[in-house]
Amino acid sequence: MKPINDIDDKNLISTYTYPWKKILVGISITTACALSAVAIGSVYIPTMAIFSILSSKVFFFQESNQLASSSHTIIWNVRFPRVVLSLLVGASLGISGATYQGLFKNPLADPYLIGVASGASLGATLVFLTGLPFTYGYFSLLPVASFCGGLAAVYIAYLISHSSGDTQLSTLLLAGLAIGAFATAITGILMLRSDPDLRPLLSWLLGGFIRAQWNHSILMIPYLVVGTIFVLGYSRILNTMQLEEYYSESLGVDTEKAKRVLIISATLMTSAAVSFSGLIGFVGLIAPHVIRLLWGTDYRTILPLSGIAGAAFLVLADLAARTIVSPVELPVGIITALVGSPFFVYLLLKSKKAIENVY
Amino acid sequence: MSIKIQDISFNYGHEDVIRKINLNFMPGQLVSLVGPNGAGKTTLLKLISGLLEPTSGQIHIYNQLSENLTRKERALLISLVPQNPKLPEEMGVSDFIMLGRNPHLKLLQWESLEDFKIAQESISLTEIDHLIQRKLGEVSGGERQRIMLALAMTQRSPIMLLDEPTSNLDISHQMKVMKVIKKIHNQKSNNRVTILAIHDLNIAAQFSDRVILFSEGIVAVDGTPQEVLTKNNIEAIYGSKVSIIPHPEHGSPLIIS
Repeated sequence: MKPINDIDDKNLISTYTYPWKKILVGISITTACALSAVAIGSVYIPTMAIFSILSSKVFFFQESNQLASSSHTIIWNVRFPRVVLSLLVGASLGISGATYQGLFKNPLADPYLIGVASGASLGATLVFLTGLPFTYGYFSLLPVASFCGGLAAVYIAYLISHSSGDTQLSTLLLAGLAIGAFATAITGILMLRSDPDLRPLLSWLLGGFIRAQWNHSILMIPYLVVGTIFVLGYSRILNTMQLEEYYSESLGVDTEKAKRVLIISATLMTSAAVSFSGLIGFVGLIAPHVIRLLWGTDYRTILPLSGIAGAAFLVLADLAARTIVSPVELPVGIITALVGSPFFVYLLLKSKKAIENVY
Repeated sequence: MSIKIQDISFNYGHEDVIRKINLNFMPGQLVSLVGPNGAGKTTLLKLISGLLEPTSGQIHIYNQLSENLTRKERALLISLVPQNPKLPEEMGVSDFIMLGRNPHLKLLQWESLEDFKIAQESISLTEIDHLIQRKLGEVSGGERQRIMLALAMTQRSPIMLLDEPTSNLDISHQMKVMKVIKKIHNQKSNNRVTILAIHDLNIAAQFSDRVILFSEGIVAVDGTPQEVLTKNNIEAIYGSKVSIIPHPEHGSPLIIS
């Protein structure tokens, strides 16, 4: 046997150090995207002003007195909350998308495509229509209701597509489509049957960050943090679960327990994202795929970096949404769909080819 | 005693696949389970590995009742090389082999240098050093089999179960895989138990210390290859005429149909 130091290719080892470098680079790029998004907008605000406000808020430096109070309001009360919320939602969708893909052993699983998001929005709609006040201080009813709807949807999708033992690509997508359509139909019926002013619901369903407030980000953080902790904790197990179920069980994995933990955590993140930003598709599809393309199949790398990539992608998509046809603002879901759909078709063709090669 | 099987039966629906089997497996044995299709060899492997639970009877693994073992405890005792599993094609070969360390790691623990050394040892012994940079979708059938052997070996469990390890391989790869299995079996200590479910009687004769011939869910004959693989036994159980001559090189029975 050759001693370990003599392995010609050290990659066997370097693959398994925690991807701190990649994470740091990713966070730096995402921060740069976020700051650009804060700087760009219909009202011009000098870059220095942004840093001045940021440093005064974060490091308690004295804010420059020359700053107009309108600039302050625009930066701190309009743009920053919006950018921060889109970062958090993007991260949630990226991580939960990667988790669903690992669970379903399918690179096409996306919170939006497998119906989770529609289920979550049905749950949220119910809260909207009951007229209950959906925030109590820092507690919000909305994510809880979305979570229940999302969990029901993912559970049904899983039952349908898993009935043959191994998740079938077409069954999964069709199940997601059916569940999504069903949830959307119920949402529609509920809306028609209830009379009150529907404008907040409609604008919410369209998705986006127009109404973003600091409050939303603060409410969103616990869901993202809790979900991320559990998902990252199970990331090595998720690698093992890429094998057939009995095979990973023979490697000591309690697959039933792992599935429960991962589904609940991913759905928690998706639901929180849906309840604060409505339906935004394809982020959970694109982010993990880019990471996988760059750095392979280890979920310990894929999961954290998908979160970072999702955050960067959604910030840029939101920036595009509010600037492309300014002063009119597009729903951010349109931008992600414009980028995401061709990408989805490409993935579909690719996996179809892979399937044909097998048989 | 490594494995003690007492009175186990198993049925899929109405049909009994295993009927009141009693068997003991001693440390150091390389055992082949042979018999016609549907005789119960693969089912017995699944019962030992815990993938199936017996309808009645008990299995003890190192004096512990099998059904009381957690998945992790079981994985530390038993490794499994399944027959033609679907593998994630995009996964790297080295990543796949490292999965064998899973039962040894805690939830948040990362592989240590020691784990890599163990994997490297498996890689060298199974002679797949040249494959570790590839993906699982990029290797041939024989290579794939050796990669799965490396994974099972990386698990470092005293019992290894193999389901048809040579099926779908050409003769040179069959020999290569069997030699690797023998090498793993003899590696380091003499107390490993290796159990193969295998169709090819000549391979069973050539490589095993003990052959168990199954017929319709019961153990028909159990003993050394010379004792079990006789003209009478094979003709009675397989129902087809055979001739048996000693292998010109190592003297094990050679079955010619």
